[in-house]
Amino acid sequence: MINFQSVSKIYKVNSHVSTALEDINFNISPGEFVSLVGRSGAGKSTVIKLIIGEEKPTKGRIIVSSHDINKLKQSNLPHLRRHIGVIFQDFRLLVNKTAYENVAFALEAAGRPQIEIEEFVPQALEMVGLSDKMHNFPSELSGGEKQRVAIARAMINHPDILIADEPTGNLDPFNTAEIIKLLLKINELGTVVILATHNKEIIDELNKRVISLEKGKIIKDEERGKYDL
Amino acid sequence: MFTILSRIIKYGILGFRRGGWLSAATVAIMVLTLLVFEGLIFFNVLTKIAIESFQDKIDISVYFKAEAPEDDILKIKSSLESLAEVKKVEYISRDKALEIFQAKHEKDQTISEALDELKDNPLLASLNIKAYNSSDYAAINNYLSADSFKKSVEKISYAQNSLVIERLTKIISTAKKAGVFLTILFAAVAVLITFNTIRLAIYSYREEIGIMRLVGASNSFIQGPYIFEGIIYGLIAGVLSFIIALPLIYYTAPYIRVLIPEMSLWFYLLSNIFTLLFYQIIFGIVLGAVSSVIAIRKYLRV
Repeated sequence: MINFQSVSKIYKVNSHVSTALEDINFNISPGEFVSLVGRSGAGKSTVIKLIIGEEKPTKGRIIVSSHDINKLKQSNLPHLRRHIGVIFQDFRLLVNKTAYENVAFALEAAGRPQIEIEEFVPQALEMVGLSDKMHNFPSELSGGEKQRVAIARAMINHPDILIADEPTGNLDPFNTAEIIKLLLKINELGTVVILATHNKEIIDELNKRVISLEKGKIIKDEERGKYDL
Repeated sequence: MFTILSRIIKYGILGFRRGGWLSAATVAIMVLTLLVFEGLIFFNVLTKIAIESFQDKIDISVYFKAEAPEDDILKIKSSLESLAEVKKVEYISRDKALEIFQAKHEKDQTISEALDELKDNPLLASLNIKAYNSSDYAAINNYLSADSFKKSVEKISYAQNSLVIERLTKIISTAKKAGVFLTILFAAVAVLITFNTIRLAIYSYREEIGIMRLVGASNSFIQGPYIFEGIIYGLIAGVLSFIIALPLIYYTAPYIRVLIPEMSLWFYLLSNIFTLLFYQIIFGIVLGAVSSVIAIRKYLRV
């Protein structure tokens, strides 16, 4: 499903060179739940950017859902991204659109018919427990609610992969637990979930595969890992 | 295709409605731009008519010796008419000249009596020549000064009026150049201001554009609503600026008429109302759409 082969990512700003990732190798199979842990600057976000095609590797090869990221053209990015749902710490909702429109947008962008949109969007919002706030704008929602809209939007295209980049970073413990529960439920339905976080409690409780990054290198990759940095 | 297009239109309209003050400010700037644009159209019409009216007042006359046979004069007339620079030649015979003179001085008894005293008609036959361009009079004058015409021609009025004609010619040519320069200058300023306003509006959406890319929207699907929003700006601004221009023109028309009696601005507006409105709207739409396309391109590379 996701394959990183000797991947390095080096950023050059003027004459300053900084290595974000160095010789990374891992493989994620369908149905897996993988946590990506590491301190700030360890390279978690770079891994995510590479998976969604926002960046290209300096060295090595990346395959995501049969797309070769190295050779992916700008015009083919939308096709790749319709197979990947992404949620972020800062939610990244479209502020001028209601919860319903935010979720519907992903389907509309994929050119799905209106009849499907009218059927699936309320279902997705119901799944994340937001049926009653469908027509609210993001500014009228709490942090937890915003993240649930983001999850509904990420899931609406039935992606093969769901990437969650610090999804609970801005949430209280109660909402954090709710979001993690949702991610597990999504994983049970067959979607690969990649969770990038530095929340020790979550990782220890999950008892799933953990890839630990430090200074751009993988220092541990355990089947049932703990947060141990 | 139709589904995508209808979604683009829907989001364009929604974006405009929810844009609030930003939409209003953009439309306001575009209204000003289009008023400048409309002002330029009227300025050019006014300059053209003013120049034409000036030019119409300039002419030269060639007077023929009393003994010159009419046939010779008519030959010169037709040879003048064959010149490319000449617009119109009018022949005024000695009798006709006298008639005009008498009619003009009908109330002046001294002149009437003086004319009666003279047995012979003292006035000369003449050709009154109008050129297309005031700068052509010198050439016509040279043509008439040729030796072959010397035996019939008594005098050419150009010599007396050449200074005035040259000055007017210079004024007209300067006015034309100034008109083109001002039109380009104001149009450029107006277009740049509008472009920057739309660029700022889209700049405020840059994060949204990035998010749309992440959600898997294609560039055309992202661009479409913003371009359509630009079209709405242009359409509304086009109509609004036209409505604002109506009373402005109505009230300035009489003042313009004092300066250029041939010109009724209000009448010009009424007789060209649909063409003007059409230009205004088309210009607004093109300006809005093109500005949006250029402004958004930068943010689509996520």
